[in-house]
Order: sequence, then C-alpha cells, then structure tokens
Amino acid sequence: MNLTYLVLAMAVVTYIPRMLPLVLLQNVCLPRYIKSFMGFIPYAALGALIFPGALHSTGAGNFESAIAGCIVSILLAWWEMNLIFVVVGGIAGAFIVNILLKI
Amino acid sequence: MFKNRLKFFQGVKAGLPVALGYIPIAVAFGLLSKSLDIPVYISVLMSLLIYAGASQFIGVNLLVLGASFGEIVITTFLLNLRHFLMTATLSQRLDGEVSKKWRSLLSFGVTDETFAVSVLQKEEELSKYFILGINTVAFVSWNVGTWLGLFFAASLPEVIKVSMGIALYAMFIGLLIPHIKKSKPVVVVSLLAMVINSLMYWASMLWGFSNGWGIIIATIASAAVGASFYSEGKEQV
Repeated sequence: MNLTYLVLAMAVVTYIPRMLPLVLLQNVCLPRYIKSFMGFIPYAALGALIFPGALHSTGAGNFESAIAGCIVSILLAWWEMNLIFVVVGGIAGAFIVNILLKI
Repeated sequence: MFKNRLKFFQGVKAGLPVALGYIPIAVAFGLLSKSLDIPVYISVLMSLLIYAGASQFIGVNLLVLGASFGEIVITTFLLNLRHFLMTATLSQRLDGEVSKKWRSLLSFGVTDETFAVSVLQKEEELSKYFILGINTVAFVSWNVGTWLGLFFAASLPEVIKVSMGIALYAMFIGLLIPHIKKSKPVVVVSLLAMVINSLMYWASMLWGFSNGWGIIIATIASAAVGASFYSEGKEQV
C-alpha cells in the first residue's frame, strides 16, 4: 500500500465533514428548532466527549489517577479559574495520584 | 488592520489551553507511530494534512493490524462525521459576509477542542481572525508535539506521559462546568449525552462491535431532547 496516498485519502475524508457545512450553510437561515438544536450541540458533544473517555485517559486500568485529575479539574472549573489552570491542575492531580500509587 | 491583528492574538490566547492539551497527545502519537515502525515522514505528513488526533491514532493502529486502504479511509470518515455537526453549528456564528475561501481555510482547523473554545465565546458573532488565531496556535502545537514525540520523547518518564493523558479531558471539563453552573438545560443535555454515550460504549465492549458512532449518536440525541424540551433555545442556554 502506498502510504502517501493513504495519508492523502485520510486527509480528504477528514476535511470534507469540516468544510462542507461551513461553506454550504453560508447565509442559510435555519428554522428555530434547528437553531435551538445547534445551540445545545456544544454541551451535548462535550458531555459525550468527556464521559466515559476520561476514565481511560491515563492508561488502561488506571482509573484512580484519571478520577483524581477530573475531580481537581471540576473544582477549579467550578471556581471559574482560567482554563489553563484547569488543565494544569488536572494533570497535577493525576500526576500526584500516579506517584502515590507508584505506577 | 490593527483590529484584525488584535482579534487574531485574542484567538491565540483563547487557544492556548487547547495548544497545551495537544502537546502530550501529539507526543504520544509521535511515540506510538515510531514504536510501530511507521516511516517518520508519514507521521509528520499525517499531523500536517489530516490533523485529527483520533483518526491518526486509529489510522496507524489499523495500518499495523494489516487493515486495507478502504477500511482505514472509511473508518477515518466515520470517525470525523461528528465534525459535520460542529461546523454546521459554527457556520451559524460566522458573519454571512465571510467568504467561501475564508470558510474553507477556517474549516481545516476545526477540531473537537477548537470548536468548543470558539462556540463557547460570549459574542454571538465570531470574528474570522479570532477563529484563525485559535486554530493556528492549536495546529502549530499539534505538529510541534508530533515532532517531539518522534525525535525526543522516548526519554520522558512514564509517569509524566501517562498523567498528561488527562489534559484534553480537563479542558473539556473546564469548558463545560461554568455553563453547567448557570443553566439547567445544559445540565440535562450534557448529562444525557454522557449516559447515552456510556451505554453505547459499554454495550460495544460487551458485544464487541466498534463504537465509532457513539459520540455522534449521543450528541444528536441529547441535543434533540434539549431542543424539544427547552424550545427557547440559545437564550436559555
């Protein structure tokens, strides 16, 4: 298999779903229900992206550190800290539990 | 001109958490593809041209498992269908005056993460320079991370590599929580998406089918429920 062609084909099928709606829906006025639906898309997508994927984010079977990182992030986000601190705090939480459990 | 540059750098600033979150993932991608003996130029090209984490990981995995050209391309396509939803949503937040050329350029940089940061901005109408700023800093960090993984990262301690895996999820949490605090519909919709996605994830583990559709179905279903029950839509969100 020619790997360069494979990368090009993967690039095309990745780009199409990104590009078509942005280009084709220019100046299209959508019905109210669809607008409301789209208003919820970010929150729905974030929910689905976070869970259960986050549980496996620090390696298979290493739930403790993933959960610790998530709890730290949730607290920092709840206190409306800057996003960078939420990310760094999450990593630190996972790191500390990993050190304690000596993976 | 000055205003455009300002918007661009505001975008870069808003995109910094994304860039930070991408480094460990991209490093992991570089490490993985190197350990699987994928030629270095192929891994570099993937991050430059495909620029989609999940697709790249699954691509190199399938490649090593001996999957066919068609299988890999179709899996990649299915995996990226969720971007249809995201760019359709994003299109409603861009000025109609923004040209098709600009839209084609901006769309290349749309990922789960840059999308979330863009649409959760308070402004109803987003500046194209602002989005370009977010997309640029994220793209650069993804590619720099890939090179780091390919050439330097093998010596990084395991405990740091593993812990950094949480970075993007921490960012998603950081984006979602402030909205959960403010709006009940957001609580309902995002929790529903988690429940639906988990059910499909565990069902796929149990019966051994691939969960490529999980996130898409969970997103559509819960946003539809939200739009049906809270018909006022965005103002309430």
